[in-house]
Amino acid sequence: MNNENIIHAIDKMIDVMESQKEFLTELDNVIGDGDHGINMARGFGEINKKRDLLAVMDAGDMIKNVGMILVATVGGASGPLYGTAFMKAGAFLKGKEEIGFEDFLEAFQCAIEGVMARGKAAEGEKTMLDAMLPAKRAMEKEWNLTGDEKKSLEAGISAAKAGVEYTKTIIATKGRASYLGERSIGHQDPGATSFTFLLEAIASQI
Amino acid sequence: MVSFVIVSHSRLLAESVADFTRIMADQVTVIPAGGLEDGSFGTSYGLISGAIDKAYTEDGVLVLMDMGSAVMTTEMVLEAMADRKVKMVDCPLVEGAVAGTIDAAGGLSMETIYRNLTDSGYINKF
Repeated sequence: MNNENIIHAIDKMIDVMESQKEFLTELDNVIGDGDHGINMARGFGEINKKRDLLAVMDAGDMIKNVGMILVATVGGASGPLYGTAFMKAGAFLKGKEEIGFEDFLEAFQCAIEGVMARGKAAEGEKTMLDAMLPAKRAMEKEWNLTGDEKKSLEAGISAAKAGVEYTKTIIATKGRASYLGERSIGHQDPGATSFTFLLEAIASQI
Repeated sequence: MVSFVIVSHSRLLAESVADFTRIMADQVTVIPAGGLEDGSFGTSYGLISGAIDKAYTEDGVLVLMDMGSAVMTTEMVLEAMADRKVKMVDCPLVEGAVAGTIDAAGGLSMETIYRNLTDSGYINKF
């Protein structure tokens, strides 16, 4: 992966957050405050405005700046959470011209740790982590087995989707959805869903 | 004198909490940072950061928040101003704002007010 792949992946993220705006908001209407889709579309819309500035940065700075824009403009919990994720990943990738799959996995791990620390959350609480952590494990496993980037990302996406399904079966214990208690069962987590879209955007460029 | 910033998802709520503190502690600076720039619900990094700048003195600023992104966004704002005397307080928003500003008007230090507000029992209702 080089800068060009990354800016194209970011372009894909911008597109998918715009096209899935309504869907994510509908999901969030049921168990949250109904702004996830709107917020993500606003954040990525701001990224789109600064796209040409981002495109000339090195990979680490580009990703870090995406995070900073999300923190500044999203306006909901996904701002500090995804913002921290991108900023941590960007900090890890700083100065790298070419990003290998192992770098990607390491950066992804930094992103996950950032989200866990920022949200004081763990797996099984009906959050984006329920898609992120299985995706990380599946990608690592496939990569160690085959060394194939495409296959590894596909495994990651399948695991993330399974993670989204899993969020339907559990009670939310973090965020606004936690106030619903058992009534949150049966509904998928919007953050786990948006993460899966973002991972698909990355995979489309490998 | 210690100043305060009130962070909420709602502009009206933040403004009202700030306004409410004036009954007993009119001399204390309380800056609201509620909602997004356009007035809709949400939490804004820029508004929170700006409110802290406005409230800031060497005596320090205590930041009280509602939930979720208000907490996380404030945390990120504070990380970017690590050299300043600013602290987030984990306490009920309304009771904390009233009790805290009365303490501040009485000349208590930021550390003492912080301890009071986070000590269980200080602002219990019954």
